[in-house]
Amino acid sequence: MHENNDRPAASTRTLEIVVAGMLFLLGALVIVDSVRLGARWADDGPQAGYFPFYIGVLICVSTAVVIYRAVGDKAKAAKTFVTRGAFRQVLWMLVPSIIYVALIKPVGLYVASTLFIAFFMRRLGNYPWLPTALVAVGVSAAFFLLFEVWFTLPLPKGPLEAWLRLD
Amino acid sequence: MQGFGVALTPFNLMLMFVGVVLGVIIGVLPGLGGANGVAILLPLTFTMPPTSAIIMLSCIYWGALFGGAITSILFNIPGEPWSVATTFDGYPLAQKGRAGAALTAAFTSSFIGALVAVIVITFLSPIVANFALAFGPPEFFAVYLLTFCAFVGMSKGQALKTIASMMVGFALAAVGLDTVTGSLRLTFGSTALLQGFDFLIAVIGLFGIGEILLTLEEGLAFKGARAKINLKVVMETWRELPRYWLTSLRSSAVGCFMGIVPGGATPASFMAYGVAKRFSKDGDKFGTGMVEGVVGPETAAHAAGTSALLPMLTLGVPGSPTAAVLLGGLLIWGLQPGPLLFQEQKEFVWGLIASMYLGNIAGLIVVLTCVPLFAAILRIPFSIIAPVIIVICAIGAYTVHNSMFDVYLMVLFGVAGYVLRKLDYPLAPLVLALVLGDRAESAFRQAMLVSQGDMSIFFSKPLVGGMTTLALLLLFWPLIQTALRKAKAA
Repeated sequence: MHENNDRPAASTRTLEIVVAGMLFLLGALVIVDSVRLGARWADDGPQAGYFPFYIGVLICVSTAVVIYRAVGDKAKAAKTFVTRGAFRQVLWMLVPSIIYVALIKPVGLYVASTLFIAFFMRRLGNYPWLPTALVAVGVSAAFFLLFEVWFTLPLPKGPLEAWLRLD
Repeated sequence: MQGFGVALTPFNLMLMFVGVVLGVIIGVLPGLGGANGVAILLPLTFTMPPTSAIIMLSCIYWGALFGGAITSILFNIPGEPWSVATTFDGYPLAQKGRAGAALTAAFTSSFIGALVAVIVITFLSPIVANFALAFGPPEFFAVYLLTFCAFVGMSKGQALKTIASMMVGFALAAVGLDTVTGSLRLTFGSTALLQGFDFLIAVIGLFGIGEILLTLEEGLAFKGARAKINLKVVMETWRELPRYWLTSLRSSAVGCFMGIVPGGATPASFMAYGVAKRFSKDGDKFGTGMVEGVVGPETAAHAAGTSALLPMLTLGVPGSPTAAVLLGGLLIWGLQPGPLLFQEQKEFVWGLIASMYLGNIAGLIVVLTCVPLFAAILRIPFSIIAPVIIVICAIGAYTVHNSMFDVYLMVLFGVAGYVLRKLDYPLAPLVLALVLGDRAESAFRQAMLVSQGDMSIFFSKPLVGGMTTLALLLLFWPLIQTALRKAKAA
């Protein structure tokens, strides 16, 4: 492990304020849209924005208090939200997952899953190529049998399945 | 009684065992839990008859409740949030070489907790359903209000975050077509958002992907105790257990209460642990490996998890995220949960209730006989399990509507779940608000229409007034509690 792995990547207070701030903006967005739709009482009853308007207000109020409290909280400022090492681990999971999900549409779910599992086994598990390939292809094949053959639930397929005439 | 006839067909019995085994696997694996496990498997049951489907799904739920204990005791890793309290005494027991006793105690207490809850459901639900037949929109809104206020009141010190998380759930529920006026809300011109957010996607993302990220960050090290369960250990433990009957009874009561009032299994297990510790003769030895410290939380967690189905069936208000997913299933099969279900779908309701008895017996048998097998799952390296679970989550999210947009949303919910969980925002209220948002809103609007916008309708009759008052009391409970404490101190 590298030395600065234990250094904090962000304090809990910073994250607390950022997240509450984002939720506050979300609440504000809800209020704005509700007012656009009409958050009042019309002749025929409550307008479409009537209920969401108060929801937005409650989001803003509660998160504003969370922010207010976090700003004065020294203990939280000192507390680590996530260390660099741990954050790197999380990114090593998250970024490939995003790429995986993005790949499903162009290459199909089964091919993307095979690549995804293989990547993890190589990268996190340091497996040799042969077991990696066997497990990755095996798992995808099992999913194929389970969903396409047994449950007849079609999942997204790409050029490989088209070439193999499996779709 | 005829319910047992419905549940006892060979096909349903088979589904029961399949469900329990799947459930235990789901409970053991990090990233897959009761709520998202059931959500992922829901699309697979669309083609089954509803009764069989719900039997299988509820058995997955029982299995997950059992499974959480295995990882807590053997690996000190709670497989489910509600088994955190089980680690306090379960893991020390395992370290002392009494893993078998701890597991037997955990499974047996889970079973007893569930049994008490099912008995409560059997006798209480027809009464509640009958009672609820007279409900109008104001009463229903009061029930929703009670549900949500209970969440705020029961949350420990994080009332603001509970409110924020719940309201975000409501806001997400509002996205899309407004069914009353037909206007588009919060879609900002995007066609993908027209349908609104499906809570199944949120559940899979928040609990599935979020959990995996969290597990990864904690630096997963499965160093577990070996478990030997044989008949001798089981018999010995069973001889010991009757000593803790009072703890079991108290924990069952705590669990049933917290399940019906949607506190949920997690706070119930902590509360029961605290209660058991307080009343036990050897309270100060808790944490060093007391069987009683396993009995308390496990009984309560299972009792709460089971009794959460009571308000779901009788009122259409789920008491836990998993109950919410089951409720979503009922709607998809064209069954409207609520008081009428007990009149129009007798066979379904009693079949389900009968399956709760049988499913828990099946669960007890499965877990007692197969512990080494399930523990072996945890020895599969994380670098294989983690991507496979993400693939399963992606498939689950896709099959809900056959839409790739949902899969992207799932990842987004996953990141949100990770961050929110780390900052102690509770996720259960968000999910429940997302499920109930539309119905709570329409009950509110109908009530407002009846009264012409006068809020006093929620106090107009004794029943609705009582519920609203109780809801407000619960909502301000944290404040009242502090005030009382201050008054006492002064």
